[in-house]
Amino acid sequence: MSALATSGTVAASGYNFAYLDEQTKRMIRRAILKAIAIPGYQVPFASREMPMPYGWGTGGVQVTAAILGASDRLKVIDQGADDTTNAVSIRKFFEKTSGVATTTHTAEATIIQTRHRIPEKNLTADQVLVYQVPIPEPLRFLEPRETETRVMHALEDYGLMHVKLYEDIATHGHIATTYAYPVKVEDRYVMDPSPTPKFDNPKMNDCAALQLFGAGREKRIYALPPHTKVVSLDFDDHPFEPTKFDHACALCGATHTYLDEVITDDAGGRMFVCSDTDHCEERRAEGHRGALLGEAPAAIAGAAE
Amino acid sequence: MSNAMTDAPLLTAETVTKFYGARIGCRDVGFELYPGEVLAVVGESGSGKSTLLKLLSGQLAPSDGRVLYRMRDGVTRDILTLSEAERRFLFRTDWGFVHQHAEQGLRMGVSAGANVGERLMAVGWRHYGKIRTEAETWLERVEIDAGRIDERPTAYSGGMRQRLQIARNLVTAPRLVFMDEPTGGLDVSVQARLLDLVRGLVADLGLAAIVVTHDLAVARLLSHRILVMKDGRAIETGLTDQVLDDPREPYTQLLVSSILQP
Amino acid sequence: MTAPLLALDNLAKTFTMHLQGGLVIPVVAGISLDVAAGECVVLGGPSGAGKSSVLKMIYGNYRADGGAIRVIDRTETVDVATAAPRRVMALRRTTIGYVSQFLRVIPRVPALAVVEEAATAFGLGRDEAQARARRLLTLLNVPERLWSLPPATFSGGEQQRVNIARGFIADHPILLLDEPTASLDAKNRAAVVELIEAKKAAGTAIVGIFHDDDVRERVATRIVDVTRFAASAA
Repeated sequence: MSALATSGTVAASGYNFAYLDEQTKRMIRRAILKAIAIPGYQVPFASREMPMPYGWGTGGVQVTAAILGASDRLKVIDQGADDTTNAVSIRKFFEKTSGVATTTHTAEATIIQTRHRIPEKNLTADQVLVYQVPIPEPLRFLEPRETETRVMHALEDYGLMHVKLYEDIATHGHIATTYAYPVKVEDRYVMDPSPTPKFDNPKMNDCAALQLFGAGREKRIYALPPHTKVVSLDFDDHPFEPTKFDHACALCGATHTYLDEVITDDAGGRMFVCSDTDHCEERRAEGHRGALLGEAPAAIAGAAE
Repeated sequence: MSNAMTDAPLLTAETVTKFYGARIGCRDVGFELYPGEVLAVVGESGSGKSTLLKLLSGQLAPSDGRVLYRMRDGVTRDILTLSEAERRFLFRTDWGFVHQHAEQGLRMGVSAGANVGERLMAVGWRHYGKIRTEAETWLERVEIDAGRIDERPTAYSGGMRQRLQIARNLVTAPRLVFMDEPTGGLDVSVQARLLDLVRGLVADLGLAAIVVTHDLAVARLLSHRILVMKDGRAIETGLTDQVLDDPREPYTQLLVSSILQP
Repeated sequence: MTAPLLALDNLAKTFTMHLQGGLVIPVVAGISLDVAAGECVVLGGPSGAGKSSVLKMIYGNYRADGGAIRVIDRTETVDVATAAPRRVMALRRTTIGYVSQFLRVIPRVPALAVVEEAATAFGLGRDEAQARARRLLTLLNVPERLWSLPPATFSGGEQQRVNIARGFIADHPILLLDEPTASLDAKNRAAVVELIEAKKAAGTAIVGIFHDDDVRERVATRIVDVTRFAASAA
């Protein structure tokens, strides 16, 4: 993240830098600072109407707008991919309203806004990961009253979280929660990691990058400062296990990445490919070839550049 | 009963009073409850018995008077001065609360096993197998087939739900259980089974209980002592059989004479 | 004569019927009576004389309106008329036994358990309680096939015998008997008489009401006519 002080308006577009007015950004930054000071705690903030519908990442967009500086390089991913509708439109939004440079390369980005994934590549201390969060309250599924869940957080009254996991095991024989898998932050707050797959949960722990979470409709911001302890909830006899795949990526052959299942025809044909498109392309550029590509050269393999 | 611990009251109510504006919810109620004792609070609707139960269990602050409770560490505390965290801790360990409507005391959206296991998880149990085994033990104790552990309470009958609620409360071996019309709304045959079950559990576990009921038969079967409420006041108190067989106050005589004899 | 285990001192009882315009019904007044270990004092007098009321006052089931009911509880003397409910409950566990006219049926509890429970409440171990319960039920001719059933479905006589077994199983120093033989045949009356004699021999102080002249003559150490203490209407 470069200096928070942002330049004035972008003349070409007529928008304030990164759309939001400076007072709103200050308000959001204060919320962010508080969230960083109390890792895992949901800080209320005065979420603004954004020129996109709720559910399209209005929380993440506001957080990104508040921390974006002119020298930043922004990457936006949706389910790991840079080229899906949500990612493309948010990237264009910031290109238009702030004029900052954008990238699809994880390593080049200073700010990465994400919906539902953490990049495969290890993040660094120079980077900020901004999550789009639909429902920030991990207890809501079991306790709908906001007044009550707040007290439960305040008193560390978290027995209910394990009720949900118990229910999973009773029903499925194992903890069947595969995304939005609850975590405990610094042995204090239970936090919803947003609907990221539990495959990504271990990456949150001791991460070098700052992680910020924004929920626009719910008006909450929370954060994980660099190198925060993040532990996935579990039982002694049913420990947390990240999702494992029986397949390798059909394109790059990776065996340790999160894979998307892609249906290829009407006859049950399918393949598994990396959900992190940038990571996959990078591997192909390095010459890795999955089953589908065989020994194809880089040009055919579709690797970038 | 020579144990020194049992010679100190578990809960003491001192001139407990609650006004709702000018209206009296309950006035000058005082008594001592000892470990293993069951106290029935009887009276008609609006007599203040439910208000009293809320005051005694710290869910409502009295306008005057106080409620003292001897904690597990032996220290007697004014329950009004307990922090919210301490009060909640009491409610998931040392206290139970059995609601008239089981739906209010259960999580209807999760299985019976999770309902019973919740308190255990809340006090730090983290071994699924052990939690489940304990839940099965308790289901059987309240005469629910352990094979139905994974069903939600929505699939249970009214009597089963009430028994499940009792198991959910007793799993952490509380010393005091509050019961608000525990048999209200149940069929007579179901009531008898529940009463007998509660009676047995109370005796086996040495529980103290405060049972609010308008049903004198429930009071007779479950309680050692009785407190008759009218217009927010405790008008008569004593041994249950004494008050029911030899009632003194006009109102108590009216209550006793109003029971239908089969 | 040994010191009495139970002493009634100027005991009085009046019922005030508020539902009948405050009608005052005097029952007894000025009863003074000592009962020593090994004695069986029989209360005499016609129905309505207040015999049952006296027993119920001693047991704490009725409240006394005047006087004292002093009970020796090990080394302590307790006045039932003024004792706290908790104290009376303790007396009932350890010191005063009571056989009522009717068994108050507890749903679903088998007869054997009903009887055993009275012994465990007194402080006897489970094995001892069970052995005693079996012996008493056998002695009182309650068929063994009934032991595992709740007494609710029993005949009146069978229920009463379960009730007697329940009352006699513990070793309370004081025993109150309210017409225990009322609905029994000759054979079972004889069995009850035997039980009473055994209690007397063991030093129990007994106060009883027996309508059956034959039984009364056989067990009574003394007969006290309650009509002597009839209270006059105020």
